[in-house]
Amino acid sequence: MLDRLTEFFFPKQVSTFASDIDNLYFFIFYSSVALFVIVVFGMIYLSIKYRHRKGEELKLTSSKDHSNLLESMFFIIPLILVSITFVWGIRSYLKMVIVPDDAIEIKVTGQSWFWTFDYPDGGTTLNELVVPSNKPVKLVLSSKDVLHSFFIPVMRSKMDCLPNRYNVMWFDATKEGVYDIFCTEYCGTGHSQMGAKVIVMQPAQYEEWASELGSEDDDLPLDELGAKLYTKKACNTCHTLDGSALVGPSYLQTSQMWGQERVFDDGTSTVIDDNYIRSSILEPMTQIVAGYQGVMPTYQGLLSDRELDALIAFLKTLNEDSQI
Amino acid sequence: MSENTKQNYLNHPKGIMSWLLTLDHKRIGLMYLFSGILFFFLGGLLALVMRFELAAPGNDIISNEVYNNAYTLHGAIMIFLFIIPAIPGALGNILLPLMVGAKDVAFPRLNLASFYIYSFGALFAMYTIINGGVDTGWTFYTPYSTQSTSNVVPMTLGIFIIGFSSILTGLNFIATVHKMRIPGLTWYKLPLFVWALYGTSLVQITATPVLAITMVLLMLERFLGIGIFDPALGGDPVLYQHFFWFYSHPAVYIMILPAFGIISEIIPVHSRKKIWGYKFIAYSTLSIAFIGFLVWGHHMFTSGQSVFSQIVFSFITYFVGIPTGVKIFSWILTMYKGQVSFTPPMFYALAFLFLFTIGGLTGIFLGAVALDIHLHDTYFVVAHFHYVMQGGTIVAFLGGLHHWWPKSFGVMYNQTIANIAALGVFIGFNGTFFPQFLLGLRGMPRRYATYDEQFVELHSYSTFWSGILGISIFIAVMNLFWSFIKKNKVDPGSNPWGGMTLEWTHTSSPPHPHNFEEEPVLQHGPYDYDKVIVEKTYKK
Amino acid sequence: MGHHNPDSPSHLKHYFHDVNQQYETSKFAMWAFILTEVLTFAGLFVAYIVYRSWYPDMFVDAHKLLDVNKGLMNTIVLITSSLTMALAIWAIQKNNKKLSVVMLVATFIFALVFLGIKYLEYTHKFEVGQLPGEFYSYMGPDAAHLNNPHIFFSIYFIMTGLHGLHVAIGMGLIAWLIYSTQKGNLTSEYYTPMEMIGIFWHLVDLIWIYLFPLFYLIG
Repeated sequence: MLDRLTEFFFPKQVSTFASDIDNLYFFIFYSSVALFVIVVFGMIYLSIKYRHRKGEELKLTSSKDHSNLLESMFFIIPLILVSITFVWGIRSYLKMVIVPDDAIEIKVTGQSWFWTFDYPDGGTTLNELVVPSNKPVKLVLSSKDVLHSFFIPVMRSKMDCLPNRYNVMWFDATKEGVYDIFCTEYCGTGHSQMGAKVIVMQPAQYEEWASELGSEDDDLPLDELGAKLYTKKACNTCHTLDGSALVGPSYLQTSQMWGQERVFDDGTSTVIDDNYIRSSILEPMTQIVAGYQGVMPTYQGLLSDRELDALIAFLKTLNEDSQI
Repeated sequence: MSENTKQNYLNHPKGIMSWLLTLDHKRIGLMYLFSGILFFFLGGLLALVMRFELAAPGNDIISNEVYNNAYTLHGAIMIFLFIIPAIPGALGNILLPLMVGAKDVAFPRLNLASFYIYSFGALFAMYTIINGGVDTGWTFYTPYSTQSTSNVVPMTLGIFIIGFSSILTGLNFIATVHKMRIPGLTWYKLPLFVWALYGTSLVQITATPVLAITMVLLMLERFLGIGIFDPALGGDPVLYQHFFWFYSHPAVYIMILPAFGIISEIIPVHSRKKIWGYKFIAYSTLSIAFIGFLVWGHHMFTSGQSVFSQIVFSFITYFVGIPTGVKIFSWILTMYKGQVSFTPPMFYALAFLFLFTIGGLTGIFLGAVALDIHLHDTYFVVAHFHYVMQGGTIVAFLGGLHHWWPKSFGVMYNQTIANIAALGVFIGFNGTFFPQFLLGLRGMPRRYATYDEQFVELHSYSTFWSGILGISIFIAVMNLFWSFIKKNKVDPGSNPWGGMTLEWTHTSSPPHPHNFEEEPVLQHGPYDYDKVIVEKTYKK
Repeated sequence: MGHHNPDSPSHLKHYFHDVNQQYETSKFAMWAFILTEVLTFAGLFVAYIVYRSWYPDMFVDAHKLLDVNKGLMNTIVLITSSLTMALAIWAIQKNNKKLSVVMLVATFIFALVFLGIKYLEYTHKFEVGQLPGEFYSYMGPDAAHLNNPHIFFSIYFIMTGLHGLHVAIGMGLIAWLIYSTQKGNLTSEYYTPMEMIGIFWHLVDLIWIYLFPLFYLIG
């Protein structure tokens, strides 16, 4: 019964402290329901019982306006309930802030509008946080620009990412699977697209994954690698493949305009070619396409030369596809 | 005009200038009322646009940019142009001097100046809209607000200016309560609405200066890059949050205390019963106003502040909860052994009790640090503060309008339509916002223009009922205004609900230009239904 | 406390019972306004404290760039002006219109001197580039090692600037007092505006008495 209710109210419980927090929720929930029922029942009962009936004379009403017993009850019962809530809330909170010593440390960087994860043994992923199950993971959070907030509903945990200091959160995932990550601090146009996934793996599988990190894509053909990078590096947050404009111009449109002039917001223009694409990824703020806002972050250091080549190759293929 | 139309503040003196330059608190109150309702509708329209966008995931109607502008303007307009200035400004202005038996507020010129300062500030806010909006959220968190290319400066300037209006109104009301009461009207004989306005005004004059300074620093940050809030220049964005919430949490009490006052008037009058626990309600108003200054950190439970701060802020937060809870019980017990009439104001008051109790109880969830970390910045918070602000303040405001409408204008609205609209507001409101608690628990973040498929069902419920809510509010307000056209006049001496406070017993409806034809002499307390029978003089 | 004429004089507004109620109301509201002012500056003092604790060494070294002598001079000027303001009120209570006007003019002149000295200080800082925020460009040998000195100057300019604005507003009010007293509108019967503006002026003085040590002295 309680499990069904938990499923109704909450996402899955995946961290070690999730059930504790959900139980706290249910404690407050049932206390609130009880108080609420008293309030609503009292309100309906009294208003109907003492309603002014048709034809009834107006009369002097009771002068009763206090009752020490009732008032001290109204004071003491809520006081007991909120005291329990307070202590419970703090006790669970302490579990959420005291990081176990043996935790794996992963660096999380928020940037408008994607997440970068740096792993302890080197290697980086974008918008995909991979962690082992049943092992504490410590996240060190920061931001490269405005405020963001890193929220994993299934872990019941969340922390703001600040540009000028590090914040810490941790969890110990109990179930393998793929779960949502949301940005919960408003960060501009792409805020609602700034999602990511956390992938919880068996520890052994994680070890294998971590050792191969960064090398797995070496043997893919360039355009296939580019297609993979398009989602993996969060290009899709702002650039569509179907010609519709999102935060930035669609890849399809750029591809169709290959070899033609592109006009920028300062009135200058340039021919769309490999070099233009490369510089627009590495130095996006120097040439802003007319009609768009200059909001793209630089990918300097986030993409290798081969990966840049791959994205350019992928972009070129889009036009051929559309001609078929 | 019929013969028995007496001279009143609405018909004397005449001419547009006599309104624009009026020093009469009742006329100034009306000007606040009309501008407030205008902004209420504007803010409501923006809310409906957002709700319809959110009916389905993806950008169906408006783009991310437009959505971000809409939610920012919705918040800023509702808070800074409607709730904060309009409720004390409208109902407070009209009623406060009447309730204390004064001819006017302490400083009538200052009062008019407040209104024009408010209008001037509102012009900047309107300029913001015409000039392409602002997309930072009404909280203007740095560093986004120092980098955004939208109209942050005109909007913050507008809020800064409106702050002065708020401070001056607060000063005026405090001086009025302290010094303008008629002889014999001691503190414990004041109507509780006066106590509520007094508490509100105290918060207005003490918290608003900090907001003003914060807005100035934010503007300077944009103009001069002073480096106070901008991390790139050595500043601290979290300090901005401390400054902002030091004002904006007490501002919540600027918004809710007048509502408490309205409910404390409506329930005893329509139950014909002495209010339960007068002194408790009066003192808890002041203590809530005071404690409200010590809990701002609970807006920052995920900002990374120290564990010690988290514990302290969580602890103090509960101290606001308890007096508020006891107040709710007092209002309910007021009906005990009374003669309860189910009039439109009473329906709104009962709806208030229902909705505000949910709003208050869900605050307990958010005060528990461990649980707040999950719920912070999700739809649970959105639902919580709408239950408090709309279910609480605006429902009470509508109740207050229905209660004092015949007093202010000498006309009675159609009570059947009013009751139906009140029911529509109640159901529509719950339908709109209750699903949002679930959305939040399941992890839906706020301020999202688009969202994940998993949330679609609850969002579409919410959108459907928001339409009902919008229509009901529109009908409720239009029904009030229709009474002008229909001219369903109440007798000038009328006291339709049998109220006991001075505005009901000692002046005509609408009141005399100088409030009372002769200085009122206090005959009984505000809620002495156990000692005096006051007839209800309005018959349908 | 004023001994007011209980009959209905011209300065009694119709919505008050008597002059005493009117006087008490004004005084009460003035003190409430002073509370608002104190909180306005309190916000900035908090910013000062926070940044001082963040950059303690920078604050110590940056304060040496301010001119203590000019600051001290201004302190003396402003305290004296508070005294002349009090004397002006004392004189009008004694119905000595002439002395009251002289004292008000003296207060006005002291205020002007204060702003003059402030002007000299500001222009010097502008010339060497000790400016707030992004405009800070001073690179003298005594400041080269400082960490974010622009923050010190941001807070310095905002706080002294806001205070200077209050001095300027005060001067406007005092000028109006000189005019009304000279015209005979203010007498020993009714001098509420002078008393209220006096309270405001003492507040302006008091704030400076906090600003001076915080910026110029504490090392």
